[in-house]
Amino acid sequence: MPPHPSRMLRRLGGIGLLILASLPANAETVARYGISMADIPLTTGQPDRGAGAYQFTGHTLYDPLVAWEANVADRPGKLVPGLATEWKPDAKDATKWLFTLRHGVKFHDGSAFNADAVIWNLDKVLNDKSPQFDAKQSAQVRPRIPSIASYRKISDDTVEITVKEVDTLFPYQLPWFLISSPAQFEALGRDWNKFANQPSGTGPFKLDKLVPRERADLVRNPDYWDKTRLAKTDRIVLIPIPDAVTRTNALLNGQVDLIESPAPDTLPQLKSAGFLVVSNVTPHVWPYHFSLLPGSPWTDIRVRKAANLAIDRDAVVALMNGLAKPAKGQLDPTSPWFGKPTFDIKYDLETAKKLMKEAGYSKEKPLKTRVIIAQGGTGQMLSLPMNEFVQQSLAEIGIQVDFEVVELETLYLHWRNGAKADMNLGKGITAINLGYVTSDPFYALTRFVDSRYVAPNGVNWGNYADAEVDDLLAKTRVTFDTRLQDQYLAKVHQKMVDEALMLWVVHDVNPHGLSPKVKDFIQAQSWFQDLTTIGMR
Amino acid sequence: MLVYLLKRLLYALPIALSVTLVCFLLVHIAPGDPLNAVVPADAPAEVVNALKAAYGFDKPLPVQYVRWLGRALTGDLGTSVATGRPVADEVLSAVRNTILLAVIAAIIGFALGALLGGVAGYRHRGIVDRLATALSVVGVSVPHYWLGMVLTIIFSTRLNWLPAMGAGPGGSKEWLWDGEHIRYLVLPVATLMVIPLGIVTRTIRALVADTLSKDFVQALRAKGLSDRAVFLHVVKNVAPTALAVMGLQLGYLMGGSILVETVFAWPGSGFLLNTAIFQRDLPLLQGTILILCLIFVLLNLMVDVLQPLIDPRMRRS
Repeated sequence: MPPHPSRMLRRLGGIGLLILASLPANAETVARYGISMADIPLTTGQPDRGAGAYQFTGHTLYDPLVAWEANVADRPGKLVPGLATEWKPDAKDATKWLFTLRHGVKFHDGSAFNADAVIWNLDKVLNDKSPQFDAKQSAQVRPRIPSIASYRKISDDTVEITVKEVDTLFPYQLPWFLISSPAQFEALGRDWNKFANQPSGTGPFKLDKLVPRERADLVRNPDYWDKTRLAKTDRIVLIPIPDAVTRTNALLNGQVDLIESPAPDTLPQLKSAGFLVVSNVTPHVWPYHFSLLPGSPWTDIRVRKAANLAIDRDAVVALMNGLAKPAKGQLDPTSPWFGKPTFDIKYDLETAKKLMKEAGYSKEKPLKTRVIIAQGGTGQMLSLPMNEFVQQSLAEIGIQVDFEVVELETLYLHWRNGAKADMNLGKGITAINLGYVTSDPFYALTRFVDSRYVAPNGVNWGNYADAEVDDLLAKTRVTFDTRLQDQYLAKVHQKMVDEALMLWVVHDVNPHGLSPKVKDFIQAQSWFQDLTTIGMR
Repeated sequence: MLVYLLKRLLYALPIALSVTLVCFLLVHIAPGDPLNAVVPADAPAEVVNALKAAYGFDKPLPVQYVRWLGRALTGDLGTSVATGRPVADEVLSAVRNTILLAVIAAIIGFALGALLGGVAGYRHRGIVDRLATALSVVGVSVPHYWLGMVLTIIFSTRLNWLPAMGAGPGGSKEWLWDGEHIRYLVLPVATLMVIPLGIVTRTIRALVADTLSKDFVQALRAKGLSDRAVFLHVVKNVAPTALAVMGLQLGYLMGGSILVETVFAWPGSGFLLNTAIFQRDLPLLQGTILILCLIFVLLNLMVDVLQPLIDPRMRRS
């Protein structure tokens, strides 16, 4: 006799309950992330390894006073409150900025965040007489917060920072400055090396495990003060895999769930195997930065414009298997500081040849010059193939480029020293190819065109000096009206493009490869990414 | 024997000292700034100079060398500029991971090489000889990083049988001798063992064939010795040279292959060296090269000690 339906249902229900009971009460969700760095960046507060490292051991473990909105993909982010709820210049003296601190925030070790912690952290990187001064952290962040002159505690929840001159863009410097726990530093015997293994910040993740060069396990901080930014995944394992092919193989093989920068030639394989490749507008540009010193061929605007018109950027994008975006200037047209340049950067060989003819050059009578490039490295995209493409394109209009190929670290030396330095001028180098981060006004524009930043005071490599640009930048620094700020910056960018100050080729799109197991991933239009947005199935 | 050992040890000391000097100079001659690893690319000169002073890179090279050597003699190899971690810890941890690969690759490569080379030498100009010779030529000629990539494509990404990279699911610090972890060894070991396999096969094949053609082997056979007894005599004659070649090969493997360890993201000494080179991390680079050179010197010393034990003629000389 068949069992009674209700008895059968009861049995099935019992089996279902048994299965449910056998599952772990809270199965941990884990995202294994193959990152392109050779090591885990510093975990003490200020990460090393450039802007791209802040997403891993910076804004995960720590918070800044002023944060960058990195959990939106459809528009550029903006400054948002971090550990400071409000910031404003002093009504009487605009060089003094007052920061109101957030109440009730605790470090991972349970100690309280307050004004003393902010002052302690400023001393950590700016005061080499303080016991907590850390030369490594200082070296990372000092160049990024150049405006700070002094600082003091006003009350437990207010800090005053004085800048060297009125600078309304100063808050843009603060997402780089992260706050570590003074109590944890004391508890670990004032030893930053021990702190690196047991860091304590206020961030949305805590460090659970660190194996140098192999992995760092970040676990969700359930007590994070910003409940809208609680991590979607319980654990994120960062695995350094510097080689792009190895990284892609690890994704295909299921050893990791998402990776940075898959090898471009593996994209068809990834896509056909059901993996997702996501990318977004990224504040980065791959240019030739021209020397404008007397004697440089690039002092002639016709040559600079011709070079910009000689590059078929769509072909460069194709060379990158789609992982790039044609450049229309230093910034992407979606940027509020793009402006309305009259010089349209596009592929127009005929006009380019015409301009070169006017300048006295042709394929038969070429201009010969030397450009320094890197053989590869972070931010350089496919350096050699792309440079060879540019070389061939320029040859078409009568610019014969000879490359000085060096390692990226050596290229930085040439960059820091400026076009005038003997290592450049003495070797006949008239342009440098280096991928630039363009995340904020200073990084995108000021440092390259402000005459105060001519090398060695900064990285105005080409010695550009223009009174109008200097004036616009000075006005930007003193106005607190963000609409006006944007207008001034747009004019600066407009002028850069109209004067073709660089040969802009493409923007990076910071591609990521995701396995089907990754449910949520928001790729911000920034080098700062928010790992709390990663969700797993 | 004791005198011989002491002599060899005495010879090793100036070699080790020369190694420290050469590696120090090479590292400093290379272009680039040792502080690129720790400062952002656009750091102003004042920050770079302050840090140079903090790390002692502003001192003249001879002063830097003497200071470094003095510390190295006490076992302190300094701290990595990039990470702040002690160089000795970094290097020892990486060398341990490389030894894991190197020893297994050496055991398999040497055993197979000895077997193939021995058989080929005995069957001189036969089919086995030709096959073994072809295999050894391939082993020596194929770039092993290329082989690593091909093996990964076949066994990791296509068949999904083996992991593509790494030193175990939890990293090398949680290494266990179980199937789950041993799977991580298969591809890097298979890639690494190819070169020693080829070289040992060729060496032993040539040595065996040469020894078999010697008059004393004819004499042994004429005396009526069994094949087994003749084989033992051949082994005794071949062993010292084969041992020297194996010692060198083991030294190369211990040095870690930068390319193979990078292809498999294996956290060994080659991977560490690669990182140190690209970051211009001078203390780490100097420390790693020094330890690897000392391992090489030590292995050669061991071979020098073992050879006379096998071949009494060397003791007499």
